[in-house]
Amino acid sequence: MSLLATIYIISSVTFILGLKMLSNPASARRGNQIAAIGMTIAILGTIFLYEDNGQKLHNYVWIFAGIIIGGIVGTLAAKKVKMTAMPEMVSLFNGMGGACAALISIVEFNHMQNAAEILKGDQSNGYFIPNFSFGFIYIICLGLVIGSISFAGSIIAWGKLNGKIKDFSFKGQHIVNIILLIIILGLAAYLPIHFLESINNISFHFYIILFLAILYGIFFVLPIGGADMPVVISLLNSFTGVAAACGGFLYDNKAMLTGGILVGAAGTLLTILMCKAMNRSLKNVLIGSFGASATSSGVKKEQGAYKEISLSDAAVVMSYAHKVMIVPGYGLAVAQAQHACHELEKLLTEKGVEVKYAIHPVAGRMPGHMNVLLAEADVSYDNLLEMEQANEQFPTTDVVLVLGANDVVNPAAKTDPSSPIYGMPILDVELAKACIVNKRSMKPGYAGIENDLFFQPKTSMLFGDAKKVLQDLIGEIKNL
Amino acid sequence: MLNWISAHQQMIYIVILMIFLGIEVIGRVPSVLHTPLMSGANAIHGVVIIGAIIVMGKAEDGNYLALILGFLAVVLGTINVVGGFVVTDRMLEMFKKKK
Repeated sequence: MSLLATIYIISSVTFILGLKMLSNPASARRGNQIAAIGMTIAILGTIFLYEDNGQKLHNYVWIFAGIIIGGIVGTLAAKKVKMTAMPEMVSLFNGMGGACAALISIVEFNHMQNAAEILKGDQSNGYFIPNFSFGFIYIICLGLVIGSISFAGSIIAWGKLNGKIKDFSFKGQHIVNIILLIIILGLAAYLPIHFLESINNISFHFYIILFLAILYGIFFVLPIGGADMPVVISLLNSFTGVAAACGGFLYDNKAMLTGGILVGAAGTLLTILMCKAMNRSLKNVLIGSFGASATSSGVKKEQGAYKEISLSDAAVVMSYAHKVMIVPGYGLAVAQAQHACHELEKLLTEKGVEVKYAIHPVAGRMPGHMNVLLAEADVSYDNLLEMEQANEQFPTTDVVLVLGANDVVNPAAKTDPSSPIYGMPILDVELAKACIVNKRSMKPGYAGIENDLFFQPKTSMLFGDAKKVLQDLIGEIKNL
Repeated sequence: MLNWISAHQQMIYIVILMIFLGIEVIGRVPSVLHTPLMSGANAIHGVVIIGAIIVMGKAEDGNYLALILGFLAVVLGTINVVGGFVVTDRMLEMFKKKK
């Protein structure tokens, strides 16, 4: 046992170290590997060294079969997934972890029930259950509730990100959600109290909690917009961490406890940091009042007229420019247009045009989204400019091509204190000589506010799906 | 309740310290790394697999509920751990290549 305890200590340290290194670009990859090594020894140690009252684990065949199946499925899924589909993959994995925690709770509850029945049958013991058992039942309930919410929520988030599930909300859903949560907590609090008296139908009570928790997880994520999913996934991620920690309490297992709580805390902070990078509060993301408050403040302004540009004109303007800056956004990611974008860049470069990308830190609503996306399309790292560099270069840029970005180029963030995005750092595309904006329609962007940029004389609009427009543009330029 | 706390004070200390450590450790992460960090943390909470292994390994032969659910838990937990680490590694590989 002491060897196993040492192993758990080592793996706990690797988790902490791994997380620490993950937050620094230079060491991130090694950090991930270190944590993976820690996890491996913890798993192997548990399989071969764990003892409960002097008894080793059995069912080795089942355990290894499970690990092999899970390992193969996990590796294949992780290797085959497209870079653009990363967040939904993470969400799916997170859901698996949540489900795992919930299943542990179900089995342990069943054990507890069996044990209590034996106790009850033995009259000399009366209805006595040691004090700590109540604590255990609470922990089991907590693991069940959090695990199930995390599981159901993650699956919904996954479905929403890959477009299988549409946004859905009804009036007063937040109130329904809150009531649902109160009922769940009430039932979970009440369960241990009448655990012994009604031992025979306690399972029913327990499964009601399970059902409601899953329902809550679904309702919790359903109304949240697709662009906010990374934040939600991060939040659910920290939930699963807490659910794992519940397991740590159950088995008096310090590695589970350390890893679980560490992720729970770090995940919560990360969620808040992500919100901050988007200049939003967590409450806004979850309750989604962003659009509602925006309609009252900014939109009443005179809309003015915008002008459209034809594909051939856009092609001419860009091919005869000295310097073109591409501003990618969520629309590019949705249309999967990164390869077409790179092709356009190559074509223009051949014609002697200097092409750069201006990357806003939260472009695409997933921090780092654009970097990963463009890297997948083999865009050279030297051509990606961070916001500060890009802003220095806009005044010398002839044409800015905005691809499906909106709020990150909205000048209202600098000029209009009543705007909900006021104060968010933006890309100063209006400093360039001309600006071509590709969007699918004039619909406001993610923040739900109008963008003055579109109505400025320097700006012209090029409507359509980013990928299709880029391909057509490439065709036009080739024909010049 | 008080008994329970004193019986588990070690665990409770760990919880408290880990909360602060978790916040401290990732306090200054640049926004480009948010997604890989989320993914890495996701893999680390896969440590719940240990619980699944214990459930599985303790299940008595006749207890099919424990056997089946335990097996399922091991499979799902492993997907979480393995998939999580591999996906994170792939993401970070991209970052490296560019530099």
